[in-house]
Amino acid sequence: MTVARFWRKIPQRYNLIGTKCETCQTVFFPPRTLCPDCRRDGKIVDHHCGGKGTVVTFTVVRTASDQFSNLTPYVLAIIELDEGCRLTSQVICEPQEIFIGMKVKSVFRVITEDGPSGIIHYGTKFVPV
Amino acid sequence: MRDVAVIGVGCTQFGERWDTSFRELFVEAGTLAIEDAGIGGESIDALYVGNMSAGRFVEQEHIGALIADYAGLTRAGHVPATRVEAACASGGLAFRQAVLAVASGMEDIVVAAGVEKMTDAGDSTDVLAAAADREWEGFAGATFPGLYAMIATDYMHRYPLTREQLAMVAVKNHFHGSMNPLAQFQNEIRIDTVLRSTLVADPLRLFDCSPVSDGSAAVVVAPLERAREFCDTPVTVIGTAQASDTIALHDRRDISTLDASVAAGNRVFERARIERRDIDLVEVHDCFTIAEICAVEDLGFLKKGEAGRFYEEGQAYIGGELPVNTSGGLKACGHPVGATGIKQVYEVVTQLRGEAGRRQVDGAEIGMTQNVGGSGATVVCHLFRRT
Ligand SMILES: [Zn+2]
Repeated sequence: MTVARFWRKIPQRYNLIGTKCETCQTVFFPPRTLCPDCRRDGKIVDHHCGGKGTVVTFTVVRTASDQFSNLTPYVLAIIELDEGCRLTSQVICEPQEIFIGMKVKSVFRVITEDGPSGIIHYGTKFVPV
Repeated sequence: MRDVAVIGVGCTQFGERWDTSFRELFVEAGTLAIEDAGIGGESIDALYVGNMSAGRFVEQEHIGALIADYAGLTRAGHVPATRVEAACASGGLAFRQAVLAVASGMEDIVVAAGVEKMTDAGDSTDVLAAAADREWEGFAGATFPGLYAMIATDYMHRYPLTREQLAMVAVKNHFHGSMNPLAQFQNEIRIDTVLRSTLVADPLRLFDCSPVSDGSAAVVVAPLERAREFCDTPVTVIGTAQASDTIALHDRRDISTLDASVAAGNRVFERARIERRDIDLVEVHDCFTIAEICAVEDLGFLKKGEAGRFYEEGQAYIGGELPVNTSGGLKACGHPVGATGIKQVYEVVTQLRGEAGRRQVDGAEIGMTQNVGGSGATVVCHLFRRT
């Protein structure tokens, strides 16, 4: 991922800044700039998600792309935040610990590195509460 | 709108074609389809080619022109050639574009093709991950098998499906593939083969996953009223439908129901005015075993949660209640991504003509294809009837 592409989404990736449609009160993370229900009648503002959520489904990735291969096996999950929106993230725990319904909270972690001399991509992972 | 028929089909050997280049694969399939239709290049009005990622797999874009050029369609006719992309559904979409072009009356004889050359790429896992949401799935470390694995986890949590029943999808597809001379894998496997293979993304193992493949397929479509000029056994396209859903799996209404599959399935049956029970065979998108389980349910052949028992009873085999993936599916026939949707059409047409050899479904009259892009963001369905 190029520097600009990563830098552009730093608030969202570091601090779970999503968006909210003030018309229908729906919170979006990953953020959307158009509400899929209200469309042009929606009013979108930034919204800071609290970072608490629940595991909806999960897997343990054992074969990854080159960029993530040094992390395998890692737990990947879809997490529903308390605000009602869902996102895909890694959960830092042992493969046998993860379960559907597990309560988790967000933490700030290294996600990947662009090679030994490239930029380090930080972002959000989750840990069991 | 005019009725449209398939008047010619061609498909290459699928597999690791180390000695064959991207363009050679297409020329091989295109030539077979045109010879089968008994037409010359000068009769072709347009060409649509499904291709997911030549840019990443072989560092080549501008695929429409490349293929028109090497198929010899640029000198005389300057035939318009358009690349169509919807990840793994690229082939199905290319076919739909060809059908719409003929149905509308804009064109008469149109070639729909699909091609992918995957074995020249280094990190194919990363290329395939581009079918999902790079920014919010890929960035977090989601692989393509990982996404379908999360569908499987959700499905098995909510519905009765054992790990053995899931493996039966791959066992059945390898059995069908053993009767398909074009299939990448023509060996039979056992449930144990699946259960003892390497874990890729829990609960999916290597034998739950379709392989990395090279291959190409092509078909020729024409107005039904002219079909018999070219072909004794035209097959009519009685329905075409396509539907979209969120690019990311986490944004879906239901993790283990592909709503786009439900929508495309409902639309195509409504338009063709036939029932599910009229279907003699279906080619579905089994990129992973769990995808086939979801497909037969989401298309309305079974209720949610019934597939496990259905597969255990062997009802998806040739000779069963609903033969699924007689070609061997993506699992055994292979999955050269952009070619898969066209190969599905090739298989159904071959079956409806009664030319499928050892894997022939007796008396097949109506067949269906379902081609999925990504983890379910695009689904395209077609229905076919023997003419
Ligand atoms: Zn809204």
